[in-house]
Amino acid sequence: MSWNKIYALSLRHIYLIKGSFPRILDLIYWPTIQIFLWGFISKFFTLNSTYYENTVGIILSAAILYDFLFRSSISYNMMFLEEIWSRNFTNLFIAPIKISEIISALTFTAIFRTLIGLVPAALLAIPLFDVSIFKIGIPLIFLLVSLYIFGVTLGLLVTSGLIRFGPSFENIAWASLFFLAPLGCIYYPIEILPEWLQFVAKLLPLVHLFEEMRNILVNDLINYYEVLKACIISFIYFIGGIVIFYYSYNGAKERGTLINMGE
Amino acid sequence: MKLEVKNLIKKFKTTIAVNNISLEIEKNSTLGLLGPNGCGKTTSIGMMLGLITPTNGEILIDGIPLISKNRIKLLSLMNFCSPYIELPKKLTVIQNLEVYARLYGVKEISDRIEELVEDLNLNKFLYKKTGELSSGQKNRVSLAKSLINKPKLLFLDEPTASLDPDVGDFVREYLEQYKNKNELTVLLASHNMKEVERLCNKIVMMKEGKIVDRGTCKELINKHGRVNLEDTFLKIARGKNELE
Repeated sequence: MSWNKIYALSLRHIYLIKGSFPRILDLIYWPTIQIFLWGFISKFFTLNSTYYENTVGIILSAAILYDFLFRSSISYNMMFLEEIWSRNFTNLFIAPIKISEIISALTFTAIFRTLIGLVPAALLAIPLFDVSIFKIGIPLIFLLVSLYIFGVTLGLLVTSGLIRFGPSFENIAWASLFFLAPLGCIYYPIEILPEWLQFVAKLLPLVHLFEEMRNILVNDLINYYEVLKACIISFIYFIGGIVIFYYSYNGAKERGTLINMGE
Repeated sequence: MKLEVKNLIKKFKTTIAVNNISLEIEKNSTLGLLGPNGCGKTTSIGMMLGLITPTNGEILIDGIPLISKNRIKLLSLMNFCSPYIELPKKLTVIQNLEVYARLYGVKEISDRIEELVEDLNLNKFLYKKTGELSSGQKNRVSLAKSLINKPKLLFLDEPTASLDPDVGDFVREYLEQYKNKNELTVLLASHNMKEVERLCNKIVMMKEGKIVDRGTCKELINKHGRVNLEDTFLKIARGKNELE
């Protein structure tokens, strides 16, 4: 792999973000709105529920982590869609770049886009709601890594769909994460789900991650085995995502859809 | 670089888009690929660029087959210019050129960009967003991108389509000069017969996925008893396949 080429592909997206204030605003706007919304909802729960002692902290932390997952996946999809919207697709695929370099560039640049949106929102939660996600401590790094890998995997699956079905697959890009959210047990414990659905949910890394987040914040305990399990599950999905991406790319070459792909 | 295409076939489900074509472009020469819309030109170019997998046949560049393991090496020596594909609109001209220079592994990036900016008169809009440029300006930027890596093999798909006569002439003249100064093999797909007559050493005529005639401009005009290439094109496009 050539780091110079990965850098070049990333540079294209960095220039895009740097050159447009509305784009930066858009990246920050949605996570901030999420923080406000969930901050006030959880404050209301605190006044009306005795289930958790720290309702605001738990729900807001979950909201921040879920948004991290959401942003990483959407960032990945957005960068790929930008190539389609700008009709740059053919130029990109006739350049001497390996598919692995395209995947790496999108993966590295997605973190940049994600952090632009999320860091201000996470910092804002500290003075506004007295909630700091950083209180999770060292395990936060593992939670974020695992969420990021899974977010990128979802991005890979959606971009595979874009390559396979063309720009009409765009709507799925936006809907993909909402589909998994109920199974992720982000805001509620897994016991809420019917038994058969619990089995399905456990196949996703999200349940393990969010259960562990609650374990840390409620019981002040950390089960590294569960965190590691989530990381491994995310990684398995990631490998699957890469395989599907290559499969879609080769399929697109067969069908001739890489040439002149655009809006 | 020499380009050889041997018995190339592309089938999309039940449609045969390219039907057993073979052609050769000698090093430093220009081949015109002509034919009516939908005759398989773009699909053929797509296969030669490694964007479309052929159903059958072989593409050799300097004797090296264009297959997955050689793809990166060969693509770094090639490039493509078409008004139907664009560069990122929100990036400035210089940003786009820098990104593509890096993607093609150009060594002296600033020098190469400076050279192309001067040759193609890009100075006035170098810091403008590419999406804000006129068709003529965009076309010159696309041409600069396609020459950024000093390609040895260049594919041009209607490079002067939708340009006014002045800009069109500028582009043709530039291409002629560039070719004279540099080692470059060109495949030109165009509907502008004057452009083809001016730039191409040989011509291949396609119709319904097949090559129906080939030769130099003069040879084809004489063979079909016409006065110019445009009339010859019309005769071939409307008539029966010569090689059938």
